[in-house]
Formats: sequence, C-alpha cells, structure tokens
Amino acid sequence: MNKYKPVIGLEIHVELKTKSKMFCGCPAVFFGKKPNTQTCPVCLGLPGALPVPNRKAIDWTILIGKALNCKINEVSKFDRKHYFYPDLPKGYQISQYDEPIAIDGSLKLKIKNEKLKIEEKTFRITRVHLEEDTGKLLHVGADTLVDFNRSGVPLVEVVTEPDFDNADDVKRFLEELQVIIRYLGVSDADMEKGSMRLEPNISVRKLEVGSWELEERKKPQTSNHKPQTFLPKYKVEVKNINSFRFVKQAIEYEVERQIGILEKGETPMQETRGFDDKKGITYGQRSKEEAHDYRYFPEPDIPPMTFSKKYIEGIEVPELPNQKVERYLKLGLRYSNAFTLTRNKKLNDLFEETTSKIKVQDKIQVTDIANLLINKREFANLSSEELYRKLKELKSPKQFDEKLLDTTINQLIGVNKKAVEDYKKGKENAIMFLVGQVMGEMKGKADAKTVISKLKAQMSNPNLKSKN
Amino acid sequence: MINNMELTSLTLKEALEGLENKKFSSVELVKSHISRIKKFNKKINAFVTICEEEALKQAREADKLIAKKAKNALLGIPIALKDNWVTKGVKSTAASKVLDNYVPQYDATAIVRLKAAGAIIIGKTNLDAWGHGSSGEHSDYGNTLNPWDYSRVTGGSSSGSGAAVSAGMALVGTGTDTGGSIRQPAAFCNVVGLKPTYGRVSRYGIIAMASSTDSIGHLTKTVWDSARVLSVTAGFDPMDATTGKNEVPDYEEILRGKISGLKIGIPKEYFGKGTDEIVADACHKALKVLEDLGCKLVNISLPHTKYAYPVYAVIQTSEVSSNLLRYDGVRYGNERKMFGDEAKRRIMMGTHSLSSGYADKYYHQSLKGRTLIIRDFMEAYKKVDVIACPVWPFLPFKFDERAIDPLKMYLSDVFTAPANVSGNPSLSVPAGFSRDKLPIGIQFMGPNYSEDLLYKVAYAYEQETKWYLEKPKLKE
Repeated sequence: MNKYKPVIGLEIHVELKTKSKMFCGCPAVFFGKKPNTQTCPVCLGLPGALPVPNRKAIDWTILIGKALNCKINEVSKFDRKHYFYPDLPKGYQISQYDEPIAIDGSLKLKIKNEKLKIEEKTFRITRVHLEEDTGKLLHVGADTLVDFNRSGVPLVEVVTEPDFDNADDVKRFLEELQVIIRYLGVSDADMEKGSMRLEPNISVRKLEVGSWELEERKKPQTSNHKPQTFLPKYKVEVKNINSFRFVKQAIEYEVERQIGILEKGETPMQETRGFDDKKGITYGQRSKEEAHDYRYFPEPDIPPMTFSKKYIEGIEVPELPNQKVERYLKLGLRYSNAFTLTRNKKLNDLFEETTSKIKVQDKIQVTDIANLLINKREFANLSSEELYRKLKELKSPKQFDEKLLDTTINQLIGVNKKAVEDYKKGKENAIMFLVGQVMGEMKGKADAKTVISKLKAQMSNPNLKSKN
Repeated sequence: MINNMELTSLTLKEALEGLENKKFSSVELVKSHISRIKKFNKKINAFVTICEEEALKQAREADKLIAKKAKNALLGIPIALKDNWVTKGVKSTAASKVLDNYVPQYDATAIVRLKAAGAIIIGKTNLDAWGHGSSGEHSDYGNTLNPWDYSRVTGGSSSGSGAAVSAGMALVGTGTDTGGSIRQPAAFCNVVGLKPTYGRVSRYGIIAMASSTDSIGHLTKTVWDSARVLSVTAGFDPMDATTGKNEVPDYEEILRGKISGLKIGIPKEYFGKGTDEIVADACHKALKVLEDLGCKLVNISLPHTKYAYPVYAVIQTSEVSSNLLRYDGVRYGNERKMFGDEAKRRIMMGTHSLSSGYADKYYHQSLKGRTLIIRDFMEAYKKVDVIACPVWPFLPFKFDERAIDPLKMYLSDVFTAPANVSGNPSLSVPAGFSRDKLPIGIQFMGPNYSEDLLYKVAYAYEQETKWYLEKPKLKE
C-alpha cells in the first residue's frame, strides 16, 4: 500500500503586536500605513544607528516559550544573520542563533485518527527565538520600491522537530498555535495579513528498508545521530504559504512531487521552493549550492541577556485552550463542544463570563450555556448579562407557570369532552388535539412533553368522571 | 582685541576664561580659527568640510548668551568633529567616496550633548576612510600632513582631528578609537588623546567600525581640556545599549588631586625589542617624573600581549565586514566598488573569519583570546593602579614608508589595540620630542571607568613638563 512516509518539520513566524518595534521607538503596527512613514535611523539601518531591544517583546517570547512547554534559557543573546536583500537595510538581520530564548518544548494535541477515534499526539518544539522583521518590496511596473514600515517589527520564530507525517496534523497544529498565541494576546497571528507565516520543511522517506537507510544504520551512533530518527538526506523548504487554505494544498502537492521523484529511483534535490497559490503548485527558488552562509556572530551592539528564575516565573501563562478543554470535560461538556468553545477567544470569554454568573436557584447548568452558545450562534454577540437573562427566560416556563398549566389542563379537559372520551376509548391521537389546545392557551410557554404527561395523568385520574 | 595668532594658541581652559572675562568674543574666537583653517588647510588637509556660516551664526548666539552671563561647559567654543560622527544636515562621509554626498538626518548623541553644552562645530575632519588605518594615509580625500613635519604622517585614523588641534585650527577635535585611532594621532601631533572606557561615551550616531571595540573620545591640547569635554559627552544613553549607567565623576575636581603613593605598572612586553630606543627613553623619563612626584614604579608582565593584536585583527575585521554590509549600493548613491583597498582588504579578511568552516578557527578562537587579555589586565590592576607604556613603538614616519606592506602597518597598533580588546580606558599625553622635533607620546591605561584616575596622573605629569606649550611652526 503506502510505502512512503512524509517527514515534516515547521518553522513558524509570528509578528508580535507590541506598541513599538523591536529595536527602536517606531510604531510596530504597520498594516495599511502609508509606505515609509513609520521609520527612523534605527529601523532604516542608517550609518551610526544602534538597536536597543524591546523588553516587552522579550517578555512575550518567554511567554510563548512557556506556553509551548519550553525551557527558558537563563542566558540568551542576539546574533547577526548576514544576507543581502534590498528589504534588509543593514545587510544583516538581528536574530538569535545558538542561545535562543526558549528551547526543548512540546505541544500535545488531541487528533481524530483514521478510525475517527481521538488520540493524543505530541509534537516537539525545538526552539522559540526572537528576531526583527524585514521591510517589504513593492513591484510597481518595472520599478521595485522598498517600504521600511515593517522593518524592525518584532518577529518570533517557532521551530518544531520533524514530527509531522501528514498535512492535516500540520494544519491542526497551526490552528492550535494560532489559538494559543491569540489567548496570550501577543499577536493577531493572521496568516492572510502575514502576522503568522508558515515554512514547512518537507521530505519523504521510504518505509521499506531502502539502501540509504541501511547505510545510515551502519554509521556509528553519536549523540546527535540517533538511530531511531531516520531522516532523509534532503529536505525541501516551502515558502509563501500565506493562508490556512493553502497549507494542506502546498504540503500535499510537495509530498506527491517528491514521491514521484523517489518512484523513479532518484533523490529529490535539497532546495527552497515557493508556493504558487493560483496554480496550487510549488516551484524551485534556490538550490543547496546557492544556500547562504549566514556568518552568524554575537550582535556586539546588544549585551547578552540574563533572566533570573524569579523573573521567568513572574511571566505567567494564562489558562490555555487545551487546558480549558480538559476542565470543560470535567464539567460535563462533550469533547466537540468543549473544543468549539475554546477556538475563539471572544466566544470563550463570553462562555466563561456567563458560567461565572450561575446561581444555584436558577437551575442553569454549564452545559446549558455551552449548548445555547454553540447551537444559537446569534447569541454569541450578546453580553454575558444578556445571555444569562435569556437562559433564565428559556428555563422559566417549567418553574413558574406550572400552576397555570394545571388549571389550563383541567379547564380544557372539562370543555373538550369528546376528545377525552376518544382518548379513553383508546384513540391515542386524540391527545394531540388536547396538547395543541393547551399549547395555544399557554402561548407556547410550555414544554410539550410535560403537557402530554400531565394530560395523561389527569385523564387517567379515577376521580375524573364524565359529568354527562 | 587680541590677534588671531594668540587666540588659536589658547587652550580650551584659557579660551573659556577669556570668553567669560570678555577679553574676546566667541565670534572673534571662531573667526580666528576659521581664518587659520583657510590659511593652512590647503596644505595640511585636516578638514574635509568647513561650516563657516553656521559656526559664525552660532558664535553670535553664544555671545548674546555670554552677555547675559549664561554659563555652559563649552559655551562659544569652536570644535571640530571627525567625519565619521554623523551630523544632522552636514555631510558625513567617514572619508569614503561611498558616502561622498551623504547628508544625515540626525545628530550623534555625543554631538547633541556637545551642542547642548554650547560648543560650536566649525567643521568635519579627515580620517582614514571608515577609521581603517593608523597613519591617515587611507582617506579617499587625501593625506593629512603632520603639522610638525609635512613629510610625515599624523597617525590615524583620527588624523584630521590630531592635526587640527595641534595646528591651532580647533580647540577640540573629536575622534573614535577602535584600535588606537585617537591615541596614535595624539602621540604623533603632541596633543592629549582620550580613549574612554568602552561604553563610557555613546556610540549612537558614530559610523560603526568594529562595534565591540569602538570607543568615542577626543583630542585636546591639555589634560584639563580633555576632562572638560568628557564631562559633557560621558554618560548613559538610552539609544546605546552598551553604555554604562556609572555616574560621571567630577573629573576637573579629581584631576587636581595628589598622586603620591599611586602604583604605576611598567609592562615589560611594551619596552622590549621592537620599541625604538628613543621612544622607550622618553617614556622612562616620563616615569621618572612621576616617581619624583611620589608614585611607585612597579615592573609587571601582561603575558598575553603578543596575542592582543591578532585577536584584535580578527574581531575587528569580522565586525567591519558586517558593519559595512549596509553600504550595498541600494542607498547612499554609490556602489561597493567605491570602497578603497583597505576597506576591501578588511571586508575580505573579516568575511573569511566568520565563514562557516573557518569561524571556529578564527572568530571564535579570538573571542577566547580576548578573555585571556582581559584577564591579564585584571590581574595587573590587582597589583598596580595604572599602567604606563608607549603609544607607538616608533616615531612619526614618512608617507608611504609603511603603506607598501599592510602587515607592517598593522603592527603600529600593537601597543594601543590591547586596551580596545579589553575595553579599558587609555589616555595618551605628550612625552617630549625627538632631536628632530618629532613628538612622542606616553599612554596611561587603567581599569574600566578609571578616567578620573588617568586624568589625575596625566595632569600631574603635564604640570611638571608642559610639553603642550611647544607649537609646530606651520608653513603655507
């Protein structure tokens, strides 16, 4: 059957929504702003200008690292990563190389498997580091213009181990990461706007023991060469996937393409490929031979950073969506409802606020709130007060109008003798006529099931004699 | 009114007193310096830009303030800025054709502070392009001639500032010292040159050469003058993450203090073979003066001295190769082929030192060496208060004498680069002349943030010797 297994690792960039940029005081929000209106000597990389790091951005990177169960390095530093591109004003990007802020994390996800059973998968996080975004090139006719508004915006890079073997899991992981980032309140994490970007590294491995795998096994085992992780000798990095819609498409296309090459007995080339969303295909951009030597070295303009244990502990992670799901399950919610209620922070806030209003005498359950919010999406726009009032109203008929219901039933039984007789003779349908009458009198403020049972009880009452 | 000649031979201290006592005006002071520049700059080539109009405007403003008895540290004083100091609205080239027409949109922090203290910028001074050089021979705008002997180099890279102060064209010349670039021209031009502690003066707005060793200082006629300028420029800058938060002491008060009992270390590695006898002799004579003033001379060793220059060379060229990447031809108007030979040489060496496969052998190895050199100094400062040694191993040399062999030229930095590698402050002061009237300098090094101590020692020595009173005889 399927003799190939995709091996996929992810590099995800998230733009932080700090007030100011990473290394200067310019505003970090640039979307829709007139080109080059949010710049200064620092983010333009002018002669003599120096970077001063943004503490908030560093704290938020620590926060993301903690949310992804990483170890936070007590000593961290910035490095220069050199390459030429017209949108990079200094000729190097200030990034982090060998001492990133966070390392060795993981994200556990509940994922439906092929048999539609929910299983838990763990995806390892290699590192989370902080860097600066570049400017943007605008191609106008034959000219290329540079807009530096985005230059120097704080950018967090999350790198995973190659723990993915299908596009669905990648999509699920990305969605979870997006929700986590939004819960942390550190970014809009919007793929369409570019504040979240995915670059998967894709390769495909033959499942049957192929020749190269045997070769690998013959090699001596060293600490950084573990036999259980047989990674293919090449990998392909895919860029320009700028929408959730294209994540699956790009990965599946690339996997198919590589299988095609492997089928011919060849090894795909190590390269960087772009994704063309109009054609739905990937195309070659840069081969291994053209790969950069980034010549990393410690950024001399920024002293190394040290974080005390106390400082790291002081940066607190709020309850995250997957933790909320666990808690909701304990409260009696169905998994699918618990999941849905944690996908959107606004919806979740409404849910949490409304549940906090529950009073015992109101006989409202957490599940009532969940069901209402999920089944009637229009209620999601209400305030928690309005939503709670609505719930109380919906619950109220059973409690407050019981006496009215009893009187109504008695009255109607007295009036509709024929129907009562028919029912007593065994015409089951006759009761439906009576239900209709009762509901009409009650103006719908009664539960049909209750009405039926009350009617039945009343009509089988031996004290009730036909006055005929 | 006093004549021009007298005004341009004043020290900063004398000029400030003269202005305060209304002996002359700031306009007169500025005019006399500008006319001297006009007279001699064609020959000496100390200035690449002269800001006559703006300087006179500022001088008139200063005179109004002086009339109102306003006080300020440098009110009405004409100063010259090295052309790698970025000046708002005034061309800043770093003496490289790559930045031939570059007019910055902001002032360096140190300039903001100098202006706020009332200083008047009369022009921008020549340098080895980008600061690359110790002789002044690598400027794209021509050599600066040594006022003491036009056939000889001024020392570099702050060649223009050294010549300008020495020749009475400015009361203060600013500089940058990455491997010796302030102390070297100071020693060759008979002026005082301060390389402060790394991080004492903000680097914001100074065109970077090697970011981890660039120290921002100045050249003046006397030690007191140097202290006055540092009290203006020193201090934490929120725009430079590497500036220290240490308080700025009252240098002028401290420098008058007693020096008897201070221990002065004489490192044997700086007085061995390779150091001209005449230079060593001048330094020993200077040390004798200090001994007579009650200092204790202590022979010490800085065992890793021989590695200091190679360590410096690798770190410096690596950082240079990175810092010059921004001049990529997309902006500033000129392509990378406009870089001079020396910049190209350093870009190649630095790029190689950082390349994958070589970085461990060169760049990372140098960082380890740097730690050893820092440790050498720390150990030494447990035994002595300051260290004294020559600035150069030899006298001012003739043009092209060393330029033919870049390696020989690089060896000029052996005595100055160690303080840049360690980050410690160092002060170069005049220590006399050769028989041919060529200036010789001695430098005092100390632990980080010990500029006050260096000033105290140097001031005591200067009061005994007063070499600054000797002036070069200029020819048009």
